[in-house]
Amino acid sequence: MPRSRRAKLAVWKFTSCDGCQLSLLDCEDELLELAREVRIANFLEATRAQLKGPYDLSLVEGSITTPADAERIRDIRRRSRALVTIGACATSGGIQALRNFKNVPEFIAAVYAKPQYISTLSTSTAIADHVPVDFELRGCPIDKRQLLEVIGAFINGRKPSIPAHSVCIACKRSGTVCVMVAKKIPCLGPITHDGCGGICPAYGRGCYGCYGPAETVNAASLANAWHAAGASKAQMHRALRSFNANAGEFRAAAEKLDEDD
Amino acid sequence: METPSPEIAPQSSLIDCGGLDALIGALSAEGYTVIGPTLGDGAIVYDEIRSAVQLPAGWTETQSPGAYQLARRGDGALFGYAVGPHSWKKLLHAPVLRLWRAQRHHDGSITAQTDPPPPLRYAFIGVRSCDLHAIGIQDRVLIGGQYRDPHYAARRGGVFIVAVNCIVAGGTCFCVSMNTGPRVRRGYDLALTELIDGERHEFLVETGSTRGAAILNRIPKRPAADSDRQSASQATERAASQMGRQLDTGGIKELLLNNLEHPRWDDVAARCLACGNCTMVCPTCFCTTVEDHTDLAAGAAERIRSWDSCYTMDFSHLHGGSVRASIKSRYRQWLTHKMATWFDQFGTSGCVGCGRWITWCPVGIDLTEEVAAIRSGRRDDNG
Ligand code: SF4
Ligand code: SF4
Repeated sequence: MPRSRRAKLAVWKFTSCDGCQLSLLDCEDELLELAREVRIANFLEATRAQLKGPYDLSLVEGSITTPADAERIRDIRRRSRALVTIGACATSGGIQALRNFKNVPEFIAAVYAKPQYISTLSTSTAIADHVPVDFELRGCPIDKRQLLEVIGAFINGRKPSIPAHSVCIACKRSGTVCVMVAKKIPCLGPITHDGCGGICPAYGRGCYGCYGPAETVNAASLANAWHAAGASKAQMHRALRSFNANAGEFRAAAEKLDEDD
Repeated sequence: METPSPEIAPQSSLIDCGGLDALIGALSAEGYTVIGPTLGDGAIVYDEIRSAVQLPAGWTETQSPGAYQLARRGDGALFGYAVGPHSWKKLLHAPVLRLWRAQRHHDGSITAQTDPPPPLRYAFIGVRSCDLHAIGIQDRVLIGGQYRDPHYAARRGGVFIVAVNCIVAGGTCFCVSMNTGPRVRRGYDLALTELIDGERHEFLVETGSTRGAAILNRIPKRPAADSDRQSASQATERAASQMGRQLDTGGIKELLLNNLEHPRWDDVAARCLACGNCTMVCPTCFCTTVEDHTDLAAGAAERIRSWDSCYTMDFSHLHGGSVRASIKSRYRQWLTHKMATWFDQFGTSGCVGCGRWITWCPVGIDLTEEVAAIRSGRRDDNG
């Protein structure tokens, strides 16, 4: 049934690599359908044409790292009926949130010849730290099937089916032999949110935690298991300090390891 | 003692490795998709096999809480190991399954259709006694009552089972405690016991059904002697004496249900990751969840059923949130269901002692230890 009115979709970028929004263009088989069902009102990776708001659905990529970002996201929120963040940067601050644990002025002084031209915040934070968010889609990068699921859910007024359980459940459903148990490879899967379907363990690697913390996280117990598998506390710390370093439970787990040292 | 074990039928036969290969060939020729143990991904997994060459000859494994490692045996035994990460449930109770799809038409009408079951008949090679009991439990749960799961029924119907009596037990096995092995008793078409000793490499075959007998008639075999039955019986007894774990099941239901506030639950909750691995590898766990998806236009919809776990928050999500928000309550739910309330619901224990829960738990939580700790420090909530 043709829609009486097509939803207006906008894609916004903050501090990020563009990988997540490119997942939308990566939906090659579904692009025509997408173009039929929504009006692309703002998506600079795809078109220079920009339609004015309000927008039915805003997809926001990237974290907040500058004072200007912090202003712009409020404006976008005001003009969006639903706002969904996509990717690790927008949902937790991204890899650039490593700055949160260091001295930013020192970095600036070390990197830039004229530090006075740099205007940046001392932290990289999630969109939800600044404005209310209707749904957070995880991943570094996001999974395109999950993206389509979320867009479909919002334009059709239903709840997205995006489970928050561990990567382990995905491994088991697909029959992947657990790398932690069978190969003593340290894996973040037991505390990581599913979304990828367990790609890394299926290729004999431990999970890197791209989708951030699962709904339940017992990092202290996993740290003991990593230790038993021969991984040092420093290794576990480093694993937690990646794309989702600033996500609540991962951040707390790394800080706990610091304390224990 | 010269009298053979009375458990082994006197009309049993012997086949050699060529005979086993012929058996696999005969089953394929009958149209069965043959699934058996094979090496994959650093473990012995269940996958499609076309010949006995694909069986893990000379391999075994060591298993302990949270650890599994392949190892070489000193001989060429084809079934010289216990159970691995997979169970037969992956084939009978599909991990992910589309239940139906629907299409909205231009006139607004909607049609729905279910997918036909896969046009397969399975033959399983190497089903161990614990797993045979597990299949029996899933049969009872999924097709034994008033509400039958048609998807399970379609896959389960007609499965040809070649069971194997264990000649070694794994480091986390406790079928003897659960009275589910290591010798298979019923529910098979053919049952093999591997006889390997020096030059000798044969299989004692027992017949459990007429179609089992019919297939056996088509492969080269010879009658077994009393001494062969004796050797087979001893091999399984050896496995029975090697159980890596044991569980005192005396009054276990009352023990657990009267100790719901025992401090040991807090102790295990500190270790449990709530990752759900244990429920997924458990051959009797049957819970599923359903998700509905639509295409962007909401013109097509489908409902997908997937294995679920009582360790997820969504599992017990009611209005307002998850009823079992703490790890403690989820671990306790699982252990008490398996070991206690399962009796009320289905008339048996939900545990067959296969040990997968212990081996495949990434942090090595050992239910036999947990139950023993509650037993030794029992404090009966209302007592
Ligand atoms: S490989 Fe990692 S994610 Fe997969 S089951 Fe094992 S611990 Fe969990
Ligand atoms: S008992 Fe082990 S396998 Fe089961 S949920 Fe807890 S940590 Fe995961």
